[in-house]
Amino acid sequence: MTFTQEMITIGTVVLGTVITRFLPFIIFSADKPTPPYIQFLGNALPPAVFGLLVIYSLRDISFLSGSHGIPELISIGLIIIVHYWKKNMFLSIASGTICYMLIIQFISF
Amino acid sequence: MDKHINALRTAFPYTIPILAGFSFIGIAYGMYVHALGFEPIYTFIMSFFIFAGSMEFVAATLLLGEFNPIYVLFLTLMLNGRHLFYGISMLERFKGTGKKKFYLIYGMCDESFVINSTATIPSNVDRGWFMFYVTLLNMFYWVSGAMIGSFIASIVSFDTKGLDFVMTALFVVIFLDQWMREDKHYSSLIGIGVSVLALIIFGPEYFTIPAMIIMLVILTPLRGHIENKKVVNER
Repeated sequence: MTFTQEMITIGTVVLGTVITRFLPFIIFSADKPTPPYIQFLGNALPPAVFGLLVIYSLRDISFLSGSHGIPELISIGLIIIVHYWKKNMFLSIASGTICYMLIIQFISF
Repeated sequence: MDKHINALRTAFPYTIPILAGFSFIGIAYGMYVHALGFEPIYTFIMSFFIFAGSMEFVAATLLLGEFNPIYVLFLTLMLNGRHLFYGISMLERFKGTGKKKFYLIYGMCDESFVINSTATIPSNVDRGWFMFYVTLLNMFYWVSGAMIGSFIASIVSFDTKGLDFVMTALFVVIFLDQWMREDKHYSSLIGIGVSVLALIIFGPEYFTIPAMIIMLVILTPLRGHIENKKVVNER
């Protein structure tokens, strides 16, 4: 990508984000009740999107070659244990990331 | 002036946990962007103007792909779609805040939303300015954290191989937090299952948008079911 294309890409992300933030204030007024279907999506969609983000961040893992996704699975396992144990977001993220870095820097597959 | 000091003083304690979190993830973000090969100015532009944590990580990876603004726009709308629902819940609360309302909406990240929608604001504190300072402080923590990370990474050289896993770690923790809060896991499981399926069918480049569409298609007929379950649990 050229510098201009990079700036257009970032600008597009900004535009998309701004749309999602301002749209409700433009289309819904606080006086009228929000349509039930929209309320339902408000409850049901975020958990599904969080699941998608997890898979998105793991999309390039190959289970058939390289490290077979083992460092990722171990680190995610550690995050789950630490998070259920301490419920501390930063501790969980830090331990998972450091675990992953140690595995891929010091163990060769 | 008193109005400002008062509001800032009330707002600050609410943001202390965010100060810790944003500094850490912000620093990691700055280092991550640097590890992808981008100078500090990119970190600044993305953290300041996008100001939506998970989307900023995704944006950095988009810069490495092919130039495709339409795809980028759709992806952003879908991934940040949750902001629509934050907005809907804040319609009432942002009323009567004057010109600040524009900034309150622009700067509404997940964390500011949580504080501004749940905080009990004392009656002697201006509501609008309280929410303004919560938003401003959180934005300040995030952007400065990201810049510190970016500069540290460009001055000190150490092996950052594997640092990109911080994005996965962040998403896994957000997912776990949601999982621990919910009674029924339909949506979370649909999110994971449909994404894996779409990844297998459409491949890593283009699976996100089909995944989102399939999720909507599956969730919509489940509406009565999911809502009924909720009602049962509340009793």
